[in-house]
Amino acid sequence: MSGGAARSRPLRRMIGLRLGIGLLTLFLISVLVFLAVALLPGDIAQQILGQSATPETVAAFRRELGLDQPLPQRYLGWILGILQGDFGNSLANGRPVADLLAARLGNTLFLAGYAAAIAVPLSVLLGLLAALWRGSWFDRGVNVVSLSAISFPEFFIAYILMFWLSIRLGWFPSMADPGAAPSLAEMLGRAFLPAVTLVLVVTAHMMRMTRAAVVNVLGAPYVAMARLKGASRWRIVTRHALPNALAPIINVIALNIAWLITGVVIVEVVFVYPGLGQLMVDSVTNRDMPVVQACALIFAAVYILLNITADVLAIATNPRLLHPR
Amino acid sequence: MTIRNGISRRGLLAGAACMTAAGLILPRASWAQPGPKRGGSFRIGQFGGATSDTIDPATFAAGPVVTAMLAVCNNLVEIDAQGQAVPELAESYEPDAEARIWTFRIRDANFGDGRKVTARDVVASFNHHRGDDTVSGAKGALAQVRDIRADGDNVVVFELESGNADFAYLTSDYHFIIMPAKEDGTLDWQSGLGTGGYTLVDHEPGVRITLKRRDDYWKPDRAWFDDVTLLSIGDPTARQNALMTGEVDAINGPDLSTIHLLQRRPGITLVEATGTAHYTMPMFCDAAPFDDVNVRLALKHAINREELLEKILRGYGRVANDSPIAPANRYYAADLPQNGYDPDKARHYLKQAGHDGLTLELSASNAAFTGAVDAAQLFQQSAKAAGINVNVRREPEDGYWSNVWLKKPFCMGYWNGRPTEDDMFSLVYARGAEWNESHWDNQRFNELLLAARAELDEGLRAEMYHEMQGLVSQDGGTIIPVFVNYVDAHNDKVAHGEVASDRFFDGWKLVERWYAA
Repeated sequence: MSGGAARSRPLRRMIGLRLGIGLLTLFLISVLVFLAVALLPGDIAQQILGQSATPETVAAFRRELGLDQPLPQRYLGWILGILQGDFGNSLANGRPVADLLAARLGNTLFLAGYAAAIAVPLSVLLGLLAALWRGSWFDRGVNVVSLSAISFPEFFIAYILMFWLSIRLGWFPSMADPGAAPSLAEMLGRAFLPAVTLVLVVTAHMMRMTRAAVVNVLGAPYVAMARLKGASRWRIVTRHALPNALAPIINVIALNIAWLITGVVIVEVVFVYPGLGQLMVDSVTNRDMPVVQACALIFAAVYILLNITADVLAIATNPRLLHPR
Repeated sequence: MTIRNGISRRGLLAGAACMTAAGLILPRASWAQPGPKRGGSFRIGQFGGATSDTIDPATFAAGPVVTAMLAVCNNLVEIDAQGQAVPELAESYEPDAEARIWTFRIRDANFGDGRKVTARDVVASFNHHRGDDTVSGAKGALAQVRDIRADGDNVVVFELESGNADFAYLTSDYHFIIMPAKEDGTLDWQSGLGTGGYTLVDHEPGVRITLKRRDDYWKPDRAWFDDVTLLSIGDPTARQNALMTGEVDAINGPDLSTIHLLQRRPGITLVEATGTAHYTMPMFCDAAPFDDVNVRLALKHAINREELLEKILRGYGRVANDSPIAPANRYYAADLPQNGYDPDKARHYLKQAGHDGLTLELSASNAAFTGAVDAAQLFQQSAKAAGINVNVRREPEDGYWSNVWLKKPFCMGYWNGRPTEDDMFSLVYARGAEWNESHWDNQRFNELLLAARAELDEGLRAEMYHEMQGLVSQDGGTIIPVFVNYVDAHNDKVAHGEVASDRFFDGWKLVERWYAA
């Protein structure tokens, strides 16, 4: 046990280093997003006024929002605000960005958590069983089903689920919008169909990775040793193989959770679920810079944090990775 | 003052009795008739909502916000089911002999917080769209207004640059809802207060708007539902599913390609109205080859309007005749010769213009209207038979209205249309108009436009507008192939009277006009 203390210090140093690099990445992303939105044709004044934009109203709009100022100055103003915890106001409707984000972020995290709570245990279990009964009908069946699910576009799965479970059978509502003040049970019921859609999309990836990693380890000499000493097959897989296969599994789980948070805009649209993705798409369309920036920062932070978590967990479960040769 | 407040507190029945006694302008439904009844809730699924939505009437976009705010507020004038302007928050209005000075008398009504609406509020509501600093999309419509002033508490006087017999119609535009003024005379739109039948309870942009009925609404035969929820549902399939599963009671813009399936569902009713909305294909009349009227006529005869109606609109529309004045307008000229698909005639006009064949570029994007790219390709095919090569250039949807429309010499466009001939013509077809998308400049037309605007004699006006429609149709620089119907759908939990045709959703007024079945 004396190795524990010595081991945790380099781990802590690594986390600190990673967080620092993460912050730098966030800064670079904010610059890139700012430039990218500025490069898009048209600005918020033209987008909001649309067909009814005239040169005078567009000019008045820009004056009102301070868009007539040079780009670097606008960026500087924005980043100084962020550093003081002020996300600014939406250019489009004047509401504080923090307010706009708060409810949406909660919804997005809820849906991602809901889907992950089903998908992660399910896919790891299926992956283990598939590895255990490698080559059997079960293995093939699980592979075919999950690969089919991932091959369909998600809106297709969403529509099929909606058609059968909502319109035909009437078990679940076709719209996931939980209303202004929902109870937890109501939220779970309303978000069920989108959650299942997401589960079907992400399961194959994690399941296949679990299966491949475990199968890989099952060929190792120490597994043969365990089998020779008479351990049961389930025990071999869960106690001997799985811990050694955890690193790649954790990585793929982290990536999928990141996707569940950042990449589900289509599912949000189909099920009318008010999440962050829709907010970001609307804001890009309107060139609503502060909202786009805030969403981009959140998404980037999610990716960076989940990646750091995955690396740390992978190293914690396999200390050899701490000492690269 | 005390009496009025007493009434408002005593609730609807007392208020209604009193209002009826006071004499009402809208004689439609009454309490004795079977049909409209109080109560119930109403859930509406509408497209066009975005997280950027605001309740500022200057930058309204035509989504759930506008539908909601038209229920929260009143205009001076509203358009009824017959397309006529009827006084709303204005008790009455009258023009002077030249139709240049318009006097509106404001009715006795309260804002949601109990304050009485005054002429000052009306002036602020209009000035919000005027002046150098306004960002309003309705600024152009008020350019003709020289001065707006309050005359006492109940009278507002509009002084126009020149006579306009249709000015009352203009005040029904959804931008000109009446909201309270601040101390300094600017508009307090942030309050979200109005004199309408509902108050704004909650607005989460791009998600939902919740409205609650007011008990002291001054119209006794409107605002039946206790509470109304407007949901933004952008995806057409999601919208239709929400209607089929009973999540919402009414939707707009059902997907026309699957509408026959929706229609087959028991309990679902489609509401269809031919309004003034139309597709346009403007050609720059001051640029070759469109500067020759024969080329314009050739193209007008090279488009197959019936095919567009059938394939793009699935029949939910009406063939148009290159004039933006629709059957829903008052002075629609139904007897003009129809420009039809005739490749031989098109070739003949091309010859007249001195061309053997013609190659053109047509800019299209579905931002103009859903199916615009398909429509452009259908035109490409039909024009080929007349020896006209149309290259369809697909433009990005993003920024289409600022980068392509009004910039490219030949493109696809869309107009919701206007309730009056004068409004439509002066906005898009008059010389020098900001949105004259075809750069058309016809002297006779421009003269008639000014003359008809100030003409108060109905017969003479009808004659002038008739001639102008002929000019636009034959000489104009815009191909207008079809009028687009407004299509809504609702379930059997809600009912309505005759619907207005000026917009979808019963002229965007379904919140206060529809009732529980």
